[in-house]
Amino acid sequence: MANRVRASTFRPVNIFYPLPLQLVPRPPSGHDPLPIGMTAKRGKQMNDRLIDPADIAFQLDEVLDIDSLMLFPRFAGQDRADYDAILGTARTIATEKFLNHYAKSDREEPQLRDGSVVLPPEIAEGVKAFHDAGFAGAHHDEELGGLQLPWTVVQAAFAYFQAANIATAAYPFLTIAAANLIEAHGSKAQKERYLGRMISGDFFGTMALSEPHAGSSLSDIRTTARPREDGTYAIKGGKMWTSGGEHEMGRNIVHMLLARIEGAPAGIKGLSLFIVPRYRLDADGNPGEPNDVALAGLNHKMGYRGTVNTVMNFGDNDGCIGELVGEPNKGLSYMFHMMNEARIGVGMGAGMLAYAGYRESLAYARERQQGRPPGEKDPAAPQIPLIGHADVRRMLAIQKAVAEGTLALGLLCARWVDERQWAPEKSARNEAHLKLEIVTPVLKSWFSDAALRANEAAIQILGGYGYTRDFAVEQIYRDNRLNPIHEGANAIQALDLLGRKVALQDGAALKAFGWEISKTLSESRKDFPDEYHALGQAWTRLSAVTETLLQRQADHGAAASLAPAQSYIDAFGNIVMAWIWLKQAVAASKAGRAYIGETFRKGKIETCRFVFRWELPKAVLACAQLETLGDGEAYPAEDAF
Amino acid sequence: MKVLVPVKRVVDYNVKIRVKPDQTGVETANVKMSMNPFDEIAVEQAVRLKEAGTATEIVAVSIGPTQSQETIRTALAMGADRGILVEADADVEPLAIAKMLKAIVEKEGPELVLLGKQAIDDDSNQTGQMLAALMGWPQATFASKVEMKDGSMDVTREVDGGLETINVKLPAALTVDLRLNEPRYASLPNIMKAKKKPIDTMSPADLGVEPAKRLEVLKVVEPEKRQGGAKVESVAELVDKLKNEAKVI
Repeated sequence: MANRVRASTFRPVNIFYPLPLQLVPRPPSGHDPLPIGMTAKRGKQMNDRLIDPADIAFQLDEVLDIDSLMLFPRFAGQDRADYDAILGTARTIATEKFLNHYAKSDREEPQLRDGSVVLPPEIAEGVKAFHDAGFAGAHHDEELGGLQLPWTVVQAAFAYFQAANIATAAYPFLTIAAANLIEAHGSKAQKERYLGRMISGDFFGTMALSEPHAGSSLSDIRTTARPREDGTYAIKGGKMWTSGGEHEMGRNIVHMLLARIEGAPAGIKGLSLFIVPRYRLDADGNPGEPNDVALAGLNHKMGYRGTVNTVMNFGDNDGCIGELVGEPNKGLSYMFHMMNEARIGVGMGAGMLAYAGYRESLAYARERQQGRPPGEKDPAAPQIPLIGHADVRRMLAIQKAVAEGTLALGLLCARWVDERQWAPEKSARNEAHLKLEIVTPVLKSWFSDAALRANEAAIQILGGYGYTRDFAVEQIYRDNRLNPIHEGANAIQALDLLGRKVALQDGAALKAFGWEISKTLSESRKDFPDEYHALGQAWTRLSAVTETLLQRQADHGAAASLAPAQSYIDAFGNIVMAWIWLKQAVAASKAGRAYIGETFRKGKIETCRFVFRWELPKAVLACAQLETLGDGEAYPAEDAF
Repeated sequence: MKVLVPVKRVVDYNVKIRVKPDQTGVETANVKMSMNPFDEIAVEQAVRLKEAGTATEIVAVSIGPTQSQETIRTALAMGADRGILVEADADVEPLAIAKMLKAIVEKEGPELVLLGKQAIDDDSNQTGQMLAALMGWPQATFASKVEMKDGSMDVTREVDGGLETINVKLPAALTVDLRLNEPRYASLPNIMKAKKKPIDTMSPADLGVEPAKRLEVLKVVEPEKRQGGAKVESVAELVDKLKNEAKVI
C-alpha cells in the first residue's frame, strides 16, 4: 500500500488512506493503525469515499418512493428515521470493519495450515460486527427474531459492505442466502435447528452446487444421496468452487448441497436439496461429531481473495449425513429461489465495485495535476488537474453512469422483491414478479460487464499508478472480474433472457416491464423531450426485434434463434441503462430535498444526457444487426477455428 | 446511580471541513452530522456502568437545533434510557451549555455526569470543567480508565507526562478521552427499540438560562496548505535559510 514516502511530488490517493493521513507515517501492517489524532476514533481510517449517502437517500425518497412501501402492513410502525439510522450503522461498520482490511485480505490470501484454513483475523472481526449489529436477520419475521425491514433498505445497507470489501461481505451474504433457503423451504424442525444460529453468525452457510465436471451445467451433478433408515440421507460426492467451504469463524458450517437421490431421474429433475452440516448437531442442537465433510483443497483466485474458495469432499468415509429440504427432486427449483436473489446481489456487487473505483478515480482526477489544456502553448503555465481534460471526464462519466445506475436499478429490484412478497394486492405481487423475471438477468450480466469496463476506466485515469498495487483500483478490477462468471455465467443470463423470460406467460413479463418504461416516458415528456423520443423509439425497435427472434425460434429452432443472445442482451441492457437514468433525471429535476444540491442535480441530469448521447445508440445499432441477421450467421462456425 | 451524558451534534468526523466563503464559519449545509466521537465514548462508558449494575438509569442530553434529536436517538440506540433535548442555536458557547446542564443536573439529580473531553467542531474543552465548577463538584478530566468504588471512583487521566490516577468523590463530572473504550455500534434491534424511549423537549428559558454570546468570531480560515520541502546544497546554505528565510535562528 501507499505507505512509502514517494519521490514524486503529488500526493497519492487511495481508498484506505485518503489525503490527510497520507502524510502520517503508518505502523507496519498487523498493528493497530490508531493515529494519535483528535478525530481518530477506534483506529478507523478517515474515509468519505464509500457510496455517497445522499445518493442512497435520493434513491429511497425520490426514485423509489419508500414512503409508499412503508404503507405495506408488513412494515407497519417503521419510520424513515429508522432507516437512516440503520444505513448509518451500515456505513460505519463498512468503513471501520470491512474497508480496513481490503488490501490485507487480498495480499494475505487464505492458506491451509495444519489442515485448517487460515484467514486474516480482520475478516472474522468484520463478519462478527455485521452479525452482532443484526444485519443478517433484519428482513426476517419478527417471530424469528428479525425486524421485518424491507429488503430495499437491507439491500441499500449491503451496498456499503459491497463497496467496502466484497470478499469479506461474501461470508455473511452466503449465510443469509442459505438461511433464506431454509426459511422458504425447510421444515419447522430444520428452521428451529439452523435458522437462529445462522442469523446470529454462530453458524455459517454455503452453496454447494458445482462439481469439477459440472459448473454451469448443473443437470450433470453426480453427488449421490442414499436414504438411511432414520429418514436422513448418506451423502457422497465432490463439490467444486464452494465459497466459504471451510474456515474457523463460526462453530459450524451449513452446506446447502444439491445431490441426486439413488434412482432419481437424470437431469435437473432428479436433483434434491440437502442440509449438510460440517459437524452433526447433538441433542441440544450444538455442533457435535464431525460429519465426514473434508476439505480437499483451496482454489487460488485472481481476486475476491478474502473469500476462501474450496474443493470439498462429502462422505469419503461413508459417514456424511444430510437432511432433505422439502420434497425429493425439487432441489433445483428451490435453489433458483435463492439464485434469483443472488443474481440481483451479484449485479449490485459489481456496480458497487464500479462505485468504489469511480469515487477513487474521481478523487485522484481532482487532485492530480497533469498537463495543460489543448492549445496552451506556454510550458510555464500551471498544470491543470486531470478532471480538466475532456477525455478524463468521459471516463468519469462512464463510471458514474454504471455505478449510480446499478445502485438505482438494484434498489428498484429490491423494491420489487418487497412488492412480490408483501404487496397487499395480488396483482401488484404478480406484476413485481414478472418485472423481476425480466430485469434480473440483465442486472446480473449486462451491468456486471459494464462495471468491469467502468473499473478499466478507473485504472486508465490513474495511468501507470493505476496499474500498480499501491492503489486500490487494480484490486477492485480483479475482485470485480468474478462477477460476470459466478451465479450463472453471463452467457447463461443472455440465454435465460431470450430463451425463457421474454416469452414467459405469452410475453406478459416483457409487457410488465414495458409498462414501467412507459410510466417513466410519460413523466419525462415535458422536461426531457429528446430523451423521451429516443427511449421510446429504442424500446419499440427492441420489441420488434424480440418478435423477429421469437419467430425465428418457431421457424428454425432454439439453437439458431439463441445464437446471438449476447448481442440481444447487450441491446436490452443499454436500454435498461438509459431508462434507469431517465428515471433518475426526472426525479432529480423535481426533487426539492435539502441533500439535493445543485451539483448533485446537475450530475444526475448530465449523466443521463451522456448515456443517451453515447450509450443508447449502441442498442439501436445492435437492433439493426439482429434484424438483418440470417440463419447461422451470428458468429463463426465451429470448423472455422 | 443515575448517570447524565451530554451529547453534541457535530459535523461527522469523516467529512472534509470546508470554510464558508465569507469566513464566518464552516459549511454545515448538506453536510453529514453525527455524534461527537468523544461523547460516543462517554455514552459507551455509561452503558458499561449500567451493564455492570453500577448505573441504574442513563439520561442523554443534547443542546442544539431540532435535529439534535437524531443524536439523542443514537445514544438511546446505544443503550441510554431516555433523552432530553434543549432546543437552541447550534453555536451556544460552553459557559451557557454548562449553565443549562447545571439546571438539568439539579432537576435530575444524577451522581455522575459523563462528558466527552471536547467536541471536535470547536475543540473548546471547557464544558465539563465549567459544569463541575458551577456545581461545586470534583472533576476528573481526560479519563482513559475508570474504576468505580463505593461513593467515589479511581480515574486514570492522560496528562502530558504520562498517566495520573486520582480518586474523586461522587457526585462528580468526568470527561473522557479517546482510549477509555471502543464504543459499540448501534445495532439494528436497538435502533428500532430506541424510538420507543422518551425524549423530553425544552428551551433554554425553561432552564432559566439566557444563552448570550460572549465571544465574537472575527473570521474563520483554512489552515495554510503544506508547502513542499527543498534540498539544500550545503550546511552553510541551510544556516543561511534558517536565519534569513525561516528567521528561526
